[in-house]
Amino acid sequence: MEKQRYERPLIKKLESSMPNKFGTRTEYVPMTHIDDVAVKDLIDKYESPLFVISEKTIRGNIRKARKAFENRYPKVQFAWSYKTNYLDAVCRTFHQEGSWAEVVSGFEFDKALNNKVDGSKIIFNGPDKTEEDIRKAIQHNALIHIDHLDELYSIQELATKAKKKARVAIRVNMDTGIYPMWDRFGFNYENGQAWDALNKIMRSEVMILEGLHTHIGTFMLSPNAYAVAAGKLADLAISIRDKYQHEVKYIDMGGGFASKNNLKGAYMPGADMNPTIDEFAEAITSTLINSNFKPDKLPLLILETGRALIDDAAHLLGTVISNKRLSDGRRTTIIDIGVNILFTSFWYDHKITPAQPFTQYTEDTVVYGPLCMNIDVIRDNVNLPLLNKGDHVVIQSVGAYNMTQWMQFITLRPRIVMIDTERKVHVIREKENLNQLLEFEHIPDHLKDFNL
Amino acid sequence: MHIKSDVAISDSGFVFVPATGESFTVNPIGAAIIHMLKENKSVEEVSKQIFENYKTDMATVEKDMNDFVAMLKQYSLIDTND
Repeated sequence: MEKQRYERPLIKKLESSMPNKFGTRTEYVPMTHIDDVAVKDLIDKYESPLFVISEKTIRGNIRKARKAFENRYPKVQFAWSYKTNYLDAVCRTFHQEGSWAEVVSGFEFDKALNNKVDGSKIIFNGPDKTEEDIRKAIQHNALIHIDHLDELYSIQELATKAKKKARVAIRVNMDTGIYPMWDRFGFNYENGQAWDALNKIMRSEVMILEGLHTHIGTFMLSPNAYAVAAGKLADLAISIRDKYQHEVKYIDMGGGFASKNNLKGAYMPGADMNPTIDEFAEAITSTLINSNFKPDKLPLLILETGRALIDDAAHLLGTVISNKRLSDGRRTTIIDIGVNILFTSFWYDHKITPAQPFTQYTEDTVVYGPLCMNIDVIRDNVNLPLLNKGDHVVIQSVGAYNMTQWMQFITLRPRIVMIDTERKVHVIREKENLNQLLEFEHIPDHLKDFNL
Repeated sequence: MHIKSDVAISDSGFVFVPATGESFTVNPIGAAIIHMLKENKSVEEVSKQIFENYKTDMATVEKDMNDFVAMLKQYSLIDTND
């Protein structure tokens, strides 16, 4: 007689109408394939854990986003937010789809140049631009989005020395009715700081005011806040036109559109509740079109959307290390994915799906990572099918920030592969090894030898 | 080790304790284990039977049996006179 498939024995007390934090079952089918490539084959060949990026999904997302805006507004430009995911293969996919580069440091600026992005199509944001960064940005004709007055004066000085005009915009922060208000970046709209900075730029002979920029927050769940922001930037642009007869070329609405991930503490799944890209597009474009811009003088609309374009394009594959039970009887499962490579597990209740068939039986489970640190919790409470040691899991929607904010801590960072549109798998980042880390270290002579 | 004599288990894996009114569900392998324990088989005998019937290794069976029996104890389904 052929042996049956093994599943660990489970007994579950029936507690009708007893609410708990684990919620109801969410996984109904295993995720055995990503873009028609078997998860098992990927792990067998590239080891576990493994990040898997879908080129097809990236291209689909950016095309859908462009369509949402271009159907509603005549001049639209996306700029890929490097900090969200600056793997060259990812950046170049977005550049092939027509996106400019949006960077927030000299390092990211160099990465964009290295990716062969023309300097005039790099938007340089952020509060920390060194003099060297500013010189480089001026030299490459980049769009410098000024964050504070010290930066404005530095640009004035460095552009004068370089005898070259700097193309600038200011970042404007404002009350859009959401909390918290992001007023640490840029110049405030309501108290007049923004207007003061604009006056300084307009009087400068070495700065050209190209546009206005805002970025009202992150993982925004209210499209209306973008409508308020677009209205305030439009007012500023029209005031500049009236006072200086100067038309700003673009309005940059930044990023912050929510992806479909589940924010911790949210009652309903993000996939059902979070606004679509069309809702954000409608809020922004209708405000700009209804403002006092003349129809033939509408500014270019720039979007720096990151998370909403890349989050669902990446999966993190992992393996079950062990099943245990806590002192209070809760089931725990330890997987080989830690918070050091899944930073977003601090913000999201990531969807975890087994990669092999399972039965209808589930268990309330705490999912821990492999780190010998108490903070290494991937899911505090999730109702999961029964997993055995060695089973594989797929953590979904991990494309934003994890591959930039991850850290080498206790374990080394794993490989990243990209599945292209022809289902071919490419390693786009190798796994780290000890020698690479040791290259950064120096041992003083007196510490080289010891006897134990 | 014995399952309490008044614990009832259906073929579909529904466990009912008349004394307390509590009810539980078990998966097929859990049901098989409870049935065998009710037949007064020892944990070792049950483990061996599971190993022979399912695609797994003995270490996994022993580990999961320990956990399952601990849960049976926690839910007071084991006769404490044992």
